[in-house]
Amino acid sequence: MTPARVATFLLLVAAVALPWLLRAAGWDFYLSLASRILIAAVAATSLNLLLGYAGMVSLGHAAFVGLGSYVGGVLLSEGQQALWAHLLALVVVVGVAALVIGAISLRTRGVYFIMITLAFAQMLFYLANSLKGYGGDEGLRVRPRVLLPGGADLRDGTTLYLVALAVLVACVWALARFARSRAGLAVRAMRDDELRAEAVGLPTFRWKLAVFVVSGLVAGVAGLLSVNLQGYVSPNNLHWTQSGTLLVMVILGGAGRLWGGIAGAAVLLLLEELLSSQTQYWAFWVGWVLLAVVLFARQGLAGLFDRRRP
Amino acid sequence: MTGTFLLEQALNGLQYGLMLFLLAAGLTIVFGVMDMINLAHGSLYMAGAFLAAWLAPLLGSFWLALGGAVVLTAAGAMVLERTLLRSLYRRDHLSQVLATFALILILNDAVRMVFGNDRPLSAPAGLDGPVALPFGLHYPAWRLVIIGVGLALAAALYVLVQKTRVGAWVRAGASDRDMSTAMGVNVPSLFTAVFGLGAALCAVAGALLAPLLAVQVGMGENILIPAFVVVVIGGIGSIRGALVGALLVGVVDTLGRTLLQQVLREGLPPQWASAAGPALASVAVYVLMAAVLVWRPQGLLPVRGR
Repeated sequence: MTPARVATFLLLVAAVALPWLLRAAGWDFYLSLASRILIAAVAATSLNLLLGYAGMVSLGHAAFVGLGSYVGGVLLSEGQQALWAHLLALVVVVGVAALVIGAISLRTRGVYFIMITLAFAQMLFYLANSLKGYGGDEGLRVRPRVLLPGGADLRDGTTLYLVALAVLVACVWALARFARSRAGLAVRAMRDDELRAEAVGLPTFRWKLAVFVVSGLVAGVAGLLSVNLQGYVSPNNLHWTQSGTLLVMVILGGAGRLWGGIAGAAVLLLLEELLSSQTQYWAFWVGWVLLAVVLFARQGLAGLFDRRRP
Repeated sequence: MTGTFLLEQALNGLQYGLMLFLLAAGLTIVFGVMDMINLAHGSLYMAGAFLAAWLAPLLGSFWLALGGAVVLTAAGAMVLERTLLRSLYRRDHLSQVLATFALILILNDAVRMVFGNDRPLSAPAGLDGPVALPFGLHYPAWRLVIIGVGLALAAALYVLVQKTRVGAWVRAGASDRDMSTAMGVNVPSLFTAVFGLGAALCAVAGALLAPLLAVQVGMGENILIPAFVVVVIGGIGSIRGALVGALLVGVVDTLGRTLLQQVLREGLPPQWASAAGPALASVAVYVLMAAVLVWRPQGLLPVRGR
């Protein structure tokens, strides 16, 4: 095993043991923060696939996260607790939304793509605001109790944490496989030079759409986990500033790098947690840290440790 | 639904559209000439509104406060352009998004530290009531003032950009920055001035809208997206496109909020209409933008040569 593999393995063992370590130390409170970081890391990793690997800058990614949360929230408030129902609804709702939004948005490029993804996200934001039966602009409060196979449910903090961890590990593993595969090469070729990729015969539109839908679905899973953690979803989960925060996580961590989304989510949320316990003006200081990263760490945090081009 | 009602809504749409134009004008030039995504543009609007609300009681006059807010916002924006934004022009869009998002966080909290979360600002005495217009319409005087100022500034900006040498430089920069540099335009200095002008327009919009809306932290993020929509509909870098886009967005948004509700009420059961109306009205502008982009991906009045 290479040193990197040993480090990854040790990190994974520590992550699995974390709930018990926290309990032993009497820091149970931090378990929900850890879950929040894992869920944000799933969402950020899904955006990293879109942005870092396929070169599509979406400013509407929070819409898919929020949509996933609403799927879970609505089903729970209707008393539907079976996991398969949640997953099926997620695939249908988020999948169709991503397919339609992707098919229209991918007709445009660059700044126009950024703006049109934003426009669709805003439409869903206002749609969520108008869901009067499900909380409207005040949001929807639910009691999470999704039943997992084997009798466990997501109400338990440790179970939720472990499920989120499993989802994140699966995402990173899949992204690593994808990056090394022929499909991954094709997608990165499109990112670097779309015209040339098309010239060598790649069906670029279909590839991009497929990546867009997969990325949206994974973001939806993050949203589903999130509503089970918070017991709450509101239209603000779909607001454009949330999409901005996801972008910031990916760029901060390192776009196009396997660990970029995780590093960005962890650092940003830990920074917020640390600063908000010290000062009510924590966002002020987060802003300065982000500016410093733009000016002095051009490849993001992952780039500090890694001199290779993504 | 009467003619008076339609006239009133048309005026509301015009008023909203003109204010959006003041915001979009600066945004589209920064976007078009420097290829720079400035998410913090709305923060200049917020800064202008807070400065005006702070100055008004000190100076005892709304108009002096407006002038002061314009000067201070423009000066601050030019300092910002020289120190930070300048280093971002040559960077990719992602760095610009990250940096200007960071600026939003910093400026929001900076305003909160200095001025608090919100501040009242009312229209000058005598202009805060309704006035009688033809056709029996009683219309808020302050909205008429906003329309007047908006039209005057739009006309002035049009003359500046279309008829003067400085305007020619800006237009040249929007269609080909490198070529205009080669032809001897001092783009960096021109740009500091243009950025200051854009900020001044933001401050005017912020101060004028303050009596209608609330002056509060976060107001910049809410207006930013409609302003971006205007820029994209009009065609990036095009002032004329921004004016057309702004009026279109203003009218569509206002009519969507009022007429659509009424039309739905006639065709649908009332509880459906009151649920679907606001939702459809809020998305009308985004549907408009998506439709324009699908039909004309470069916007309605694209800058030639891009």
